[in-house]
Amino acid sequence: MSMSIAPPTPIVAEPGAVVITGICGRLGRRLARKLHRQRRVIGIDRRSFPDRPADVEHHELDLRSPRVRDVFSAGVSALVHLGVVHDPRGDTAEHHASNVTGLQKLLEYVEYFGLQKVVLLSSANVYGPRPDNPQFLSEEAPLLGAGPFSRIRDLVELDMCAQSFFWRLSGVKTVILRPAHILGTVRNAPSNYLRLSVVPTLLGFDPMLQAVHQDDVVRAILLALAPEARGIYNIAGPPAVPLSRVLELLERPTVAVPHTVARLGVERLFRWRVTSFPAPELDFIRYVCMIDDSRARHELGYAPAHGLVSTLCAVDEERWLG
Amino acid sequence: MAQKTALARLTEVATGRGLPLLRRAFDGVQRVAGEVTERLLGSDFEDRFRVLADRYEQLGGDPFGFDPEAVRTAALASAFFHRAYFRTDVYDVDRVPAGRVILVANHSGQIPIDAAIIGCALFFDANPPRITRAMVDKWAATLPFVSTFFSRMGQVVGLPENARRLLNMGELLLVFPEGMRGVSKPFSERYQLKEFGRGFMRLALETKTPIVPVGVIGAEEQYLSFGRASWAARAFGLPVFPLIPQMLLPGGQLPLPTKYRLFFGEPLYFEGNPDDPQFVADKVYLVREAVAHILRRGLAQRRSIFL
Repeated sequence: MSMSIAPPTPIVAEPGAVVITGICGRLGRRLARKLHRQRRVIGIDRRSFPDRPADVEHHELDLRSPRVRDVFSAGVSALVHLGVVHDPRGDTAEHHASNVTGLQKLLEYVEYFGLQKVVLLSSANVYGPRPDNPQFLSEEAPLLGAGPFSRIRDLVELDMCAQSFFWRLSGVKTVILRPAHILGTVRNAPSNYLRLSVVPTLLGFDPMLQAVHQDDVVRAILLALAPEARGIYNIAGPPAVPLSRVLELLERPTVAVPHTVARLGVERLFRWRVTSFPAPELDFIRYVCMIDDSRARHELGYAPAHGLVSTLCAVDEERWLG
Repeated sequence: MAQKTALARLTEVATGRGLPLLRRAFDGVQRVAGEVTERLLGSDFEDRFRVLADRYEQLGGDPFGFDPEAVRTAALASAFFHRAYFRTDVYDVDRVPAGRVILVANHSGQIPIDAAIIGCALFFDANPPRITRAMVDKWAATLPFVSTFFSRMGQVVGLPENARRLLNMGELLLVFPEGMRGVSKPFSERYQLKEFGRGFMRLALETKTPIVPVGVIGAEEQYLSFGRASWAARAFGLPVFPLIPQMLLPGGQLPLPTKYRLFFGEPLYFEGNPDDPQFVADKVYLVREAVAHILRRGLAQRRSIFL
């Protein structure tokens, strides 16, 4: 009887600390600034965090380092894993090891220290752009993104790893977020692509695209940190528009290149280190990879605050702010 | 001096007499072009266009990429084929009920002109005008220009998820259950329906959507195909490679100007378990028979392929 009228879990009253991996990324810093007034924030990153808020604790560590364990040992209740390395140039084996081994270690600590919450920021890229994709992919769609892209293979593996953790430990409220292309000051492929001074497109292809503002992703992460949230959620922003409309709104000069030429060209340029876009990723401006985020809207109460124009213009923000 | 006057006179003649003449000729051409455009598009084109544009504005844009402005661009060319080239006769288009509906038609003609003409009929001849969302093969999505054009014109890759979403939006779906087998039919098999796929019936049962059988007469003679070359299809990476000798003649790339006749049947309403394969197969058979019946009747009425 006393069981049924147990007081609400102490996490709500006295929420424990949140560990944010990859806190020094642009998304991580934004999340830390939003979160540090409500909860204790501990950052783990190989990079340093010079202008961090005073109450944010930061550890300059590799995720595989044994000292990460000590970070978790003191009153931590949630983990937000943003520390996924996307380096199109680095060594494949090292890339894979730091990503997958890193997450496995983290999940071990989560289990051992009895954390209540894990949030993994995956990506809608795990579904992959394909000509036979349904226009809207639900969370149950197979993760076929790894086919031609070795770099996404790691991300798919991380997603799968978190999924198996999700099913294995029902006590831990695991949330996997799969946002569409994140735009903003972040240094990711879609934002960098839209920041090019002349944007190449593929001749005759104009797929529908979804983008989401970086602050909307931060908002989704905060919603995912709510004690009851658990599950896999697609996160999309404003309604989808064709690529040509995106470039029109951003007033970018474009040049249309036939796909075969673009593929060979980007392969060369990538090898000569002129560009950091791997050639297979051209499929993202060729085929659709759109998601249905109705589950996040119903269950998490998520809704994007930024409209289309402000989401797109976010890629230019730093240009003006310096 | 004399030269100067001669030049001045020449200028005078050019501006005084030449320019008005030129202007009149230009005006004439423009007026004729305007009249032809008006004749092809019909006087109520702007109203029809507005109805569509308003609908998608209310929906907040079409997530599949349909763009009403693109319809305006393509309208003249489609109207030319619909009204002048194929001189389509449309029968009973008012039988198509409002709201979500699936049109099931026979597929033929090597390239899917039949889909475009059905689309024209529902835009130019139906009241209110509607946009036809045809289910296209996923192979088309890999083609440059074609994929973009299809998407802007409201065509959608034929997957059950897409179809379900469109029906829930209250759209009009056009399905060719014969698929690729139908469109690449050789001339000797014209108006013989191939096996029907069953996906459309499962969708109709799931979403309780009425089905309108449609018979297209005229498309099956537009290209004379003598068969299919599977080795060529493999070599070029195409789904089929029809053998069409007329393609080798100058101007033979255009389809023959057969007369199109579109017959819309009575809407059929089905209810039952979409997961019962035997039940679904029986209902698919009924729809196939309905299309075949329309075709038989239409062919019996027809006097000439071209008139």
